[in-house]
Amino acid sequence: MGRITLDKVTKAFGEVEVIPPLDLTIDDGEFVVFVGPSGCGKSTLLRLIAGLEDVSSGEIRIDKQPATHLPPAKRGLAMVFQSYALYPHMSVRKNIAFPMKMAGIPEAEQNRKIEDAARVLNLTDYLDRRPGQLSGGQRQRVAIGRAIVREPAAFLFDEPLSNLDAALRVGMRLEISELHERLKTTMIYVTHDQVEAMTMADKIVVLQKGVIEQVGSPLELYNAPRNIFVAGFIGSPKMNLIEGAEAAKHDAHTIGIRPEHLAASKDAGEWKGTVTVSEHLGSDTYLHVTETGLADTMTVRVGGEFGVKHGDTVFLTPDATKIHRFDAQGLRIG
Amino acid sequence: MATKASRTAARAMISPSVILLLGWMLIPLGLTIYFSLLRYNLLMPGARPFVGWENYEFFITNPAFTTALINTLLLVGGVLLITVIGGVLLALLLNLEMWGQGIVRILVIAPFFVMPTVSALVWKNMFMNPVNGLFGYLAKGLGLEPFDFLSQAPLASIIGIVSWQWLPFATLILLTAIQSLDSEQLEAAEMDGAGPFSRFFYITLPHLARAITVVVLIQTIFLLSIFAEIFVTTNGGPGNASTNLTFLIYKESLLSFDVGAGSAGGVIAIILANIVAIFLMRMIGKNLDA
Repeated sequence: MGRITLDKVTKAFGEVEVIPPLDLTIDDGEFVVFVGPSGCGKSTLLRLIAGLEDVSSGEIRIDKQPATHLPPAKRGLAMVFQSYALYPHMSVRKNIAFPMKMAGIPEAEQNRKIEDAARVLNLTDYLDRRPGQLSGGQRQRVAIGRAIVREPAAFLFDEPLSNLDAALRVGMRLEISELHERLKTTMIYVTHDQVEAMTMADKIVVLQKGVIEQVGSPLELYNAPRNIFVAGFIGSPKMNLIEGAEAAKHDAHTIGIRPEHLAASKDAGEWKGTVTVSEHLGSDTYLHVTETGLADTMTVRVGGEFGVKHGDTVFLTPDATKIHRFDAQGLRIG
Repeated sequence: MATKASRTAARAMISPSVILLLGWMLIPLGLTIYFSLLRYNLLMPGARPFVGWENYEFFITNPAFTTALINTLLLVGGVLLITVIGGVLLALLLNLEMWGQGIVRILVIAPFFVMPTVSALVWKNMFMNPVNGLFGYLAKGLGLEPFDFLSQAPLASIIGIVSWQWLPFATLILLTAIQSLDSEQLEAAEMDGAGPFSRFFYITLPHLARAITVVVLIQTIFLLSIFAEIFVTTNGGPGNASTNLTFLIYKESLLSFDVGAGSAGGVIAIILANIVAIFLMRMIGKNLDA
C-alpha cells in the first residue's frame, strides 16, 4: 500500500547540491520522521517524495511503481503543509471536499467522507466556518482532514506543529500518533524538534547537509548513536562530549555521557566542578557545571529537587556502562 | 485617540481641511444645481429667468441623450471587460520567472504614463488612419481594403484606445495581488489533484476577487468621465455614434453656449454615476470586507 523507495536520489539547485546520492526505504504503515537542523534538506527530501520538486537524478518508487516523473496528484500521497495551506475563501466543508471534487467523486460519497473525517477530527461543529474563523489547532485538523479523505498511500507532514503554541503542540502530537494507530497508513513527518521525533516515530532518519547520518528506532538512536552528530542531536538536554585525557582513559578520541547518566553529589564523586545555573523543573533539576577540566559546560540531570545554587561545588560520577565512545572521525567505537 | 482631550484636539485640527474640502465640493455643486434651474445662454446675455425643470426636460428629451447614455455604459463596460480579463492574463504571464523581467514590466506599465490626448492622437494618426496608419498599411500589404476605424467603428475604436491606457493599471494591481498568493496553497491544490485550470479558477481567481473589485471601482470612476480621447479622435461623431454623457454635456454647454442645459446634464450625470456606484457596491462591494 504505502512502501516508498528512494534509489540514489539527488537534488541540486543550480550548482549547489543539497542532497547527495541518497538511498532510503520506508515500509508500509511506518511512521518515519525526518529530523535535522534547519537547512539539512529534510523539507527538500519531502518535497521530492511529494513531487513538488523534480529529482536531479535517481529514482523514487511508490509501491514498487516508478514515480520519479509522476505529477504530485498521481502519486497518491497527501501532504499537510507548515502554513496549513487551507483555501481561505472556502468553508471547512469545501476545503475538505476539494480533493474529492477534483477526483470527481459523487457528492453523496463526498458528504459521507466529510462527515467521517469531521467526526474523527472533532470538526463537526465547524464545517460551515471559514478557515479564518478557526484557531491554529482547528486549522491544523482541517488540513489533516483534507489529507485523510483522499485515502492516500502515505501522508506527508512538513513541520505541521511549528506554528502552534507549546501546549497545543503536545496535544496535536498525540492526536497525530493516535491517527496513525487508527489508520495504519504510512506517514512521513518532517521536524527539527527531536522531542517530536522521539515521541512519534517508528523510525527516525537523522539528516545533516542532505546526508543520512543514521536511520533507526528512537531507542536505537538514543542508546547507540552512530556518530557524534547523532549523539548530540538526539536527547534533551544534549549529551556531554568530552575530549582529551579523560577520553583517552577509555581508548577513545571523544567520549559522550548523557546528562541523565551522571550522578551528582555535594561531597564526593569522580569529577569536581562549580555550578553556574541550576534549573528547577520540579520533577527534575538541570545543573550546568563548569570548571570540571573536561568540557566547557557539563549538563547534569538530577531527579527531583537538588538544593544547589550558583557558585556551589558539586561532584559528578558517570554511569560507566552508559559512556559512548567515538574515534577521531567522530564515529562510534564498539 | 485614547483620551477625550486628544479626540477634541484631533477634531479641531482636522476641521480646517474638512471644511475646505466640503466647500470645494459644495460650492460648485450648489452653483451647478442653481444654473441648471435658470435659462442661462451665453448667446443671449441679460435676463436669466428661473425656469424650473425646463432644462432637465430639454436635456433628457434630446434624442442624443439616450445614445449618449448607452454609449457611456458600453464604453465603461467594454473597457472594464477588456482590462480585467486582459489584466489577469497579463499579470499571470508577468508573474512567471523570465529573462528581462524588469524591462518587460516597465514596458507594460508605460502606457499609463502617456497622457490621454497624446495616446489618442498616436492611435488616431499612426495606427488607425486608413491612409497613413500602420493598420491600413498592414491591410494593404495583405491585399485588403484599409479599414477606417474611427468612422466605421468609432465607439469600438475608442474602447480599444482607452483599454490600452487602462490595461497597465489593472495589470499592476492584479500582479501585486497574484504575488501575495501563498505558494503553498497552489502546491496543496496541485497535490489535491487540481490541474492548471482548476488551480486558476478555484485558487487564484478567488484570491484576486478583492483586487478585481478595486480595479473595477476605480476604473469606473474615471471611465464615466472619459472626454479627451473622444475630443481628439472622433469629436463624438460620426453623428452621435461616439458621444458619451460627458461629451454631450460639453456639446450643450460649450458648443451651444447653453449653460443651463449643460448644468442640468451635469446634475443628471452625477445622479447616474451614483446609481452606477450603488449597483456596483451592491454587487461586488462585499469582496472588500475582510
